[in-house]
Amino acid sequence: MSEKKHRILPGFGLSLGYTLVYLSALVLLPLAGLILRTLHVSPADFWHLATTPRALASYRVTFGASLVAAVADSILGTLLAWILTRYHFPGRRLLDALIDFPFALPTAVAGLTLADIFAPNGWLGHFLVPWGIQGAYSILGVVLALTFVGLPFVVRTLQPVLESLDRDVEEAAAVLGAGRWSTFWRVIAPLLLPPLLTGFALSFARAIGEYGSVVFISGNKPMKTEITPYLIVMRLDENDGFDGALVLAVVLLVFSFVLLGVVNHLERWAGRFQD
Amino acid sequence: MSIELRQISKRFGDVLAVDDVSFTVAEGELVALLGPSGGGKTTVLRMIAGLEMPGGGDLLIRGQRVNDVPVQQRNIGFVFQGYALFRTMDVFSNIAFGLSIRKWSKSDIAARVEELVGIFGLEGLERRLPHQLSGGQRQRVAIARALASKPGVLLLDEPFAAVDAKIRQELREWLVRLHHELSVTTVFVTHDQEEAMEVANRIVIFSRGRLEQIGTPREVYEQPVNEFVARFIGVMNVLELKVQDGAARLGELSFPVHGAVDGQTLRIGFRPYAVKVSPLPREYPCRALLKHVFFLGVMLRIELETPDGLVIRARISKEDFARLNLVEDQPVSFYIREYRVLGGDGAFTGQSSAIVPPGFGEGI
Amino acid sequence: MAGTIRRKITPGDVRSQRGTEESVWVRWLLIGAGGVVASVFLILPLVNVFWQAFSKGGAAYLSAISHPDTWAAIKLTLLVAVVTVPLNSVFGVAAAWCIAKFEFPGKALLTTLIDLPFSVSPVVAGLMFVVLFGLQGYWGRWLQDHNLRVIFSATGITLATVFITFPFVARELIPVMKANGSDQEQAALTLGASGWQTFWRVTLPNIKWGLLYGVILCNARAMGEFGAVSVVSGHITGRTDTLPLRVDKLYNEYNGAAAFAVASLLALLALVTLGLKTALEWRTAALQDRAQAVGSDADKSEADNHPSNAT
Repeated sequence: MSEKKHRILPGFGLSLGYTLVYLSALVLLPLAGLILRTLHVSPADFWHLATTPRALASYRVTFGASLVAAVADSILGTLLAWILTRYHFPGRRLLDALIDFPFALPTAVAGLTLADIFAPNGWLGHFLVPWGIQGAYSILGVVLALTFVGLPFVVRTLQPVLESLDRDVEEAAAVLGAGRWSTFWRVIAPLLLPPLLTGFALSFARAIGEYGSVVFISGNKPMKTEITPYLIVMRLDENDGFDGALVLAVVLLVFSFVLLGVVNHLERWAGRFQD
Repeated sequence: MSIELRQISKRFGDVLAVDDVSFTVAEGELVALLGPSGGGKTTVLRMIAGLEMPGGGDLLIRGQRVNDVPVQQRNIGFVFQGYALFRTMDVFSNIAFGLSIRKWSKSDIAARVEELVGIFGLEGLERRLPHQLSGGQRQRVAIARALASKPGVLLLDEPFAAVDAKIRQELREWLVRLHHELSVTTVFVTHDQEEAMEVANRIVIFSRGRLEQIGTPREVYEQPVNEFVARFIGVMNVLELKVQDGAARLGELSFPVHGAVDGQTLRIGFRPYAVKVSPLPREYPCRALLKHVFFLGVMLRIELETPDGLVIRARISKEDFARLNLVEDQPVSFYIREYRVLGGDGAFTGQSSAIVPPGFGEGI
Repeated sequence: MAGTIRRKITPGDVRSQRGTEESVWVRWLLIGAGGVVASVFLILPLVNVFWQAFSKGGAAYLSAISHPDTWAAIKLTLLVAVVTVPLNSVFGVAAAWCIAKFEFPGKALLTTLIDLPFSVSPVVAGLMFVVLFGLQGYWGRWLQDHNLRVIFSATGITLATVFITFPFVARELIPVMKANGSDQEQAALTLGASGWQTFWRVTLPNIKWGLLYGVILCNARAMGEFGAVSVVSGHITGRTDTLPLRVDKLYNEYNGAAAFAVASLLALLALVTLGLKTALEWRTAALQDRAQAVGSDADKSEADNHPSNAT
């Protein structure tokens, strides 16, 4: 079949050749450059630069806040996907269109406006700060910004699955005596698990690399609210911080790739009951 | 458990899906709800289950009004058209679902599931997921799941639609045997008249939300109450003819009708088996050309074309076909043994016995 | 499961049965909670941008927008997008063509590699180009000797942006082309069309909406990219500041209203992007509905055609 296709449709060599050259020049070459250049750093230096207290603190902020944000996205995203696919209410189509707003809004603008809203004199900070809820220039701010940028991932991966669920299956559960609550947890939730894992992982991965929105809202206090990407930028500005920046970049890269691998496995495991 | 519907109606938006339907299903009966799609039969089934609320009328199960009993508490077995198996659960968990919802003990559940697995021939498949089963196995799991908590009523929505033709026949016979053994009151929906005739004790025929007729397979076939039923159950020839000298006529065809007024238009219906055909052009009063022969196994369907261009379908056994030595494009003669006059409102206004035109008496 | 009628759940599917739906108050509670989430994360941030942009009046807004440095940033942003989007679109079409229409070893790996830039932090992406072209990198010295600049110039900004927006068009087109199959192309070839004619007259019309969708997303990200661009730009006011970098700079100069004024341009871009995207999605949905309506009409006439023999 495939051999046949090769012969029938033209342009295989041209399109594949162009794809490979373009991919190599613009993605693989820069990636290889970064890794090869990092190999010049001795293992001891690498370890030292990767585990400075400031670096360790930045990992904690980055991974911790990203994890919390991805969990928040999973909960809020499930809620939004559920009401968008199940209920009829005024403004539903508008809300559906707005879900992609965090994708469309440049991250710098997102950070700017979120910081302003949660600042002590901002629209929400005005109410929240007196209660001790510091949404801006705090670790909570980092979580808020990361939740914002990751929210569409969960909604958009859950929505098509919720839409395609057979109503019959829920009715079958009802006829067998299950109420809505048990039907949701025992019948619907297992079906939502694979897309939810995907959405969770996508927002988690996005959060780990996120820079623009966070730098505006976090205050970038070293050891406290400084994320790893920001520390990379700081190291680059230092006179002999180049190697340090490379090491942190490789740590981030490795983590992202490992995460992708884990997610692929999880998805396959969770989707084992599918045709 | 008996089921009784009293003047049930149901409206979806502007569409009256079920219109003033009343019928009773006795304890232990096997009843088919038959009709074209959109006829309202599935809605009736879903109302019995509690998946739809009747818009009006009363629904009684074992004499108790259940209109306001939620679906969860009706304890009804329902088999969905696509089976609606829980695809995240294996066969065991699917069958056990209703029992664990009803808080049966683990050992009771295991015993009951084992029993059902035995009855339904699912041994060894307990740990399979639905997508690892064949169509027939899936259906058996669905029925086992529906029967697990020993419901008084089993409802099936188009139970044979999702399997291919070959397995369908086996499943029909199997359902009849199963019903015989369990004698649980069973109602199933189908659009296939053959299936309804073969499987059901009684058939309820729906069209456009209205109940057209209820009766045994034989009753609805031999004494259809109106044109819709007559045409839906089996094949029927329908001719529209003008009345002349007290009989509806077209060319050589003549159907005497009591009280017919000259000039009136009448619809005459007759079954293919009522058409008698002979290769001798003078044996029967009407002449036609044998246009097509269709082999249907034991029976053959033949199409006759009269000189006026009417096409008449007839049915003839293989033996008769061979004996009469019929070939396509051959002139034949025929007559119609039995016919009915179809009224304007679709109901029958009378029935005539065979006509014996003068001069053609012998050999009929 | 051929012949099964799948009844999908649609929001308009309001039924009167009990037990298979949440009660009214649970429904409205969830809708209310969703409304709060949407307000905090979607509506307030958007409204706030424009509110703050005009907080010092229309005149201040206009002067912030018409500042020469802002104009320079607008021009640079447009330039970057004008170069980036066509490059990645051509690549996207080529990649989708070979991945969707052919089988070859390593296809899964190629698909993964195309998506790779999505899992790289923008800052790390920028750093990659610094490694290649910066003074501490591989070719920085050589470039300096020949009086060429990549880092701290529009070239570096464009390269970083190409990397960041690399997968957008390809990702949209691969599923579209796969769904279309190769039948139409093969038919065109049997009718005597050349490869290019087939592409321009059969394939491209089939994928144009998907292509437009990818282009819109790619463009939004290209104009709005911050992290990667920030690393390679050098922040030379009036020369290497894109709009997002300009927002950053104004904000750091404690010129909040001006920062929001420039940000409002980017928010406007986001709204236009959302509008176009939604219009495309509704168009696709309407086409699908029409196709389904045609299908169900066919079902209906089939169902009406019950066994009978009318003359």
